[in-house]
Amino acid sequence: MLTGIYGLLSASFFVVLDAVDVAFTEAAVGAGISGLLMLAAITMTGRSEAPKRHKPLLALLVVFITGGMLIYGTLDMPYFGSFDAPVHQHVAPRYINDSMQEVGVPNIVTSVLGSYRAFDTLGEVAVIFTAGIGVLSLLSLPLRRRSSKLDESSSENSSNSSQKDQMHEQHMVLRIVSKVLIPFILLFALYVQFHGDFGPGGGFQAGVIFAAAIILYAMLFGLDTARRVFNQSIIQLIAAIGLLLYASVGVVSLFNGGNFLDYNVLAADPIAGQHIGILLIELGVGFTVTAVMIIIFFNFAGRREAQQQATERNSPELNVTQANSTEQKGGE
Amino acid sequence: MSLILEIGSGLCLLLGSFICLSGGVGILRFPDFYTRIHAVGVTDTLGAGLILTGLMLISPDGLVLLKLIMILLFTLFINPTASHALAKAALRNNLKPVLDDSSDKGGDKPSKL
Amino acid sequence: MLTAATIAILVVMLLAIIRCVVGPTLYDRILAFNMFGTKTVLLISILGFLMGRPEFLDIALVYALINFISVIGVLRFSDSVEFKHSLQQQAPTKEDKQ
Repeated sequence: MLTGIYGLLSASFFVVLDAVDVAFTEAAVGAGISGLLMLAAITMTGRSEAPKRHKPLLALLVVFITGGMLIYGTLDMPYFGSFDAPVHQHVAPRYINDSMQEVGVPNIVTSVLGSYRAFDTLGEVAVIFTAGIGVLSLLSLPLRRRSSKLDESSSENSSNSSQKDQMHEQHMVLRIVSKVLIPFILLFALYVQFHGDFGPGGGFQAGVIFAAAIILYAMLFGLDTARRVFNQSIIQLIAAIGLLLYASVGVVSLFNGGNFLDYNVLAADPIAGQHIGILLIELGVGFTVTAVMIIIFFNFAGRREAQQQATERNSPELNVTQANSTEQKGGE
Repeated sequence: MSLILEIGSGLCLLLGSFICLSGGVGILRFPDFYTRIHAVGVTDTLGAGLILTGLMLISPDGLVLLKLIMILLFTLFINPTASHALAKAALRNNLKPVLDDSSDKGGDKPSKL
Repeated sequence: MLTAATIAILVVMLLAIIRCVVGPTLYDRILAFNMFGTKTVLLISILGFLMGRPEFLDIALVYALINFISVIGVLRFSDSVEFKHSLQQQAPTKEDKQ
């Protein structure tokens, strides 16, 4: 909860600092999705902390020394906003002055992100993709076990699902309002995606908003319904396609005789080439981010439901085993 | 014409901020959850609507106006829904000793806070 | 007038944070969080007008949506077993406080 407020507050700071794109990202990611995922993680893990095995003094010392060194390092930095800071001398004037002629995109942040620093952005997308793979490999349930469990406990599941349906029925107003809202959210995500050239926005933000709409659907209509609508394997495919699209833009520009991710050669006119390149890579980023967010959420929520069912089923068994053990002890 | 618009927007903004402030006082001073949700649910929607209307009256161009209308619509949809869901969830999870207290005392007594 | 509205909203945000930190029950916190989000939407749109940059409205729009989604999410997750358990653990302590 407080992380959400922290996200909101820091987004306000970025707004005050005039960094619209960063504020946008912070609004979408920091306030919404990360809080949700954190909550999902909290509900999945246990309530109590593992007992400490060692004294935390050494760690405290290391933290203090590192922090002190970092603060000492900031003493050398130029004053905030002073205009002869090296940031303002080296590449920033070039971005600000020449990006209009070289890239032809009104939003400088997009041109820096998509064109000048395309390698970095590719790396970020790869990181997100890797995170998705990590979540898949750690949290996804083995398929066979899930299906066998379904077969075994179909009767149990039906009772469970009826219970769940009741719970969803109780959120009637919520569901109807969300049904009205979700198309608008999706539309707005598309607007953010394609308006990124002119205003704040772009693939990352649009992906997160798109995923948020689908997560809302999954939360209100049940995970199974959402799984039926958005097939998991197709989503995994989309995540890979997004990254591949990004990289293949680079490869195509290699084939056309430029450098990797040099969009000038994509079309006859360099500026048109830049436009195509940025559009394509933003699309790739959007695909990957959406798919990875959905994958993460689905896996978290699916794991959580499975865990709940397991605990509900295991608790009587546990009692039985305990009773057995006490009986055995008594026998001995 | 523009003067009238500016005066109107100023009035709307002032009224909206007053209502928001009263909501803020309400969330802090009211005794239990349900009275708090009443304070917030009413003032949030009304105050936000008034402030957004005030901004709409001085909006420079059409796109801004459109976006403001979208925000207003979303607010009008979302806020009552969220309040409703919140109150319903609280009721279903058997909230709370505070509720029982206040209902025992009777609603028309002034709160002791 | 815009400045006055900004200050008023900041004050309300402060009050909401206080309720969010103090708030005896989970639902109080969620309520304060919801209110905080709404006020942030207003703050951002007013700031956009103050600084003459209406692109900020996009962010405000995102906020309105994300806020809703996260409130729903918190409610949804608060249905889970562990949360109810913790609530039941919390409840007697609150009675003790009163």
